Amino acid sequence: MRLRSPFGVLCLLALALAIAFLVLPIVSIFADVSPARLVEALGEEGAREALWLSLRTSAIAMAIVIVLGTPAAYLLGGRRFRGRAVLITAIELPLVVPPAVAGIGLLAAFGPRGILGDAVEGAGVELVFETAGVVVALVFVSAPFYLRQAIAAFGALDRRPLEAARTLGAGPFRAFATVALPGAREGLASGLALAWGRALGEFGATLLFAGSLPGATRTRRWRSSPISANRKASLPPWPSPRC
Amino acid sequence: MSDGLALEAALPLRDCTLEVSLEIAPGERLALMGRSGAGKTSLLRIAAGLLDPRSGRVSLGGETWLDTAAGIDLPPERRRCGLLFQEYALFPCMNAWRNVAYSLRRPRGERRRRALELLGRFGVGHVAEAAPAALSGGERQRVALARALAAEPRALLLDEPLAALDPATRSSARRELDALLAAMEIPVAIVTHSPEDAARLADRTAVIERGRVAAPG
Repeated sequence: MRLRSPFGVLCLLALALAIAFLVLPIVSIFADVSPARLVEALGEEGAREALWLSLRTSAIAMAIVIVLGTPAAYLLGGRRFRGRAVLITAIELPLVVPPAVAGIGLLAAFGPRGILGDAVEGAGVELVFETAGVVVALVFVSAPFYLRQAIAAFGALDRRPLEAARTLGAGPFRAFATVALPGAREGLASGLALAWGRALGEFGATLLFAGSLPGATRTRRWRSSPISANRKASLPPWPSPRC
Repeated sequence: MSDGLALEAALPLRDCTLEVSLEIAPGERLALMGRSGAGKTSLLRIAAGLLDPRSGRVSLGGETWLDTAAGIDLPPERRRCGLLFQEYALFPCMNAWRNVAYSLRRPRGERRRRALELLGRFGVGHVAEAAPAALSGGERQRVALARALAAEPRALLLDEPLAALDPATRSSARRELDALLAAMEIPVAIVTHSPEDAARLADRTAVIERGRVAAPG
């Protein structure tokens, strides 16, 4: 395509607008708050605590996403079967669910009065207002980013080296670990980067599902906490947090 | 029961149903010829355990690899049946010697020594550290053959082993392959479209037409 043609100019204009629209808000943050102020804010106890909790919970969430998501994506990427498209759509649903709805969904599924609430309680796990709840929320919102990329990466693999590995004495797991994983590593790394970025930026679903208790579930610094530690005891089993 | 590779299979294909019964004796080389889509590659994949037929039986010597009636189906890794893929299917993330050493269960130093020995025997010792993408067609073929033989297969299946080579490389590769196969005591099946390759590499030829053996040689 010649960029000097009318269509080329139109494409260039569209690209310029898209980049300006997507980059401007990010640049504005640094224009509004100086780098020195940002560094200074990190020195505050509350900010450091929230940052550390974000890193810790997102790292645990990524470990869960990788361990469960990689074999699941391998299965979906490498096989064609009836209902595959429905399964992939179901996996991608959290991408289009608004954060507040995601939080309500997590409460309805795993909260004290949720579908699996009794089972979760029976297993001795507390999720609502607990750090474990933050991890569950992060897995829910970030897993689709990893799965999408991983399914595409495994789907694009040439199957013949995998079959060759089997004829050379490798079982299905060895063929997966030594041929499929290295072959899909770029797609998996890109999916992990997207998922981790989404997990670090997650806020809405976590707030609704796990609350914002300093040191336990607060992953953002607040000027005033929407759900204070003192209010925790007075909240009903299925809370309706107000910000 | 045959001492060699015995294969009976029925499998619906796109245009016809594959219904074939073949036997290859130890040390014998059988060329499989026929039009594209006749079912030649499917036969090799059934023998190697990569494709399940609707019904069939595959055995080598006294060992049954597949018997759909008896519910026996050994996975590919337990058949020790070497398969040379048409485009060679080398592992792109491993260099040549690691490709060859893949099936060797020995300490690392010994695996490397054995892989280099095999590569040297096939005349490609100089590409041991090279990635598959950096190899020529002829070099890939010989690395893939060395890899298949490193596993000490009990039967060898070659899917158009010379098809990816240019005409100049093809005739020298055919001579080398012929010499290598002549020294083997295992059943060998070779899928080819070339009557010349079939005549030079195989002891007999079977032509598959519309899923059936039309001309057993």
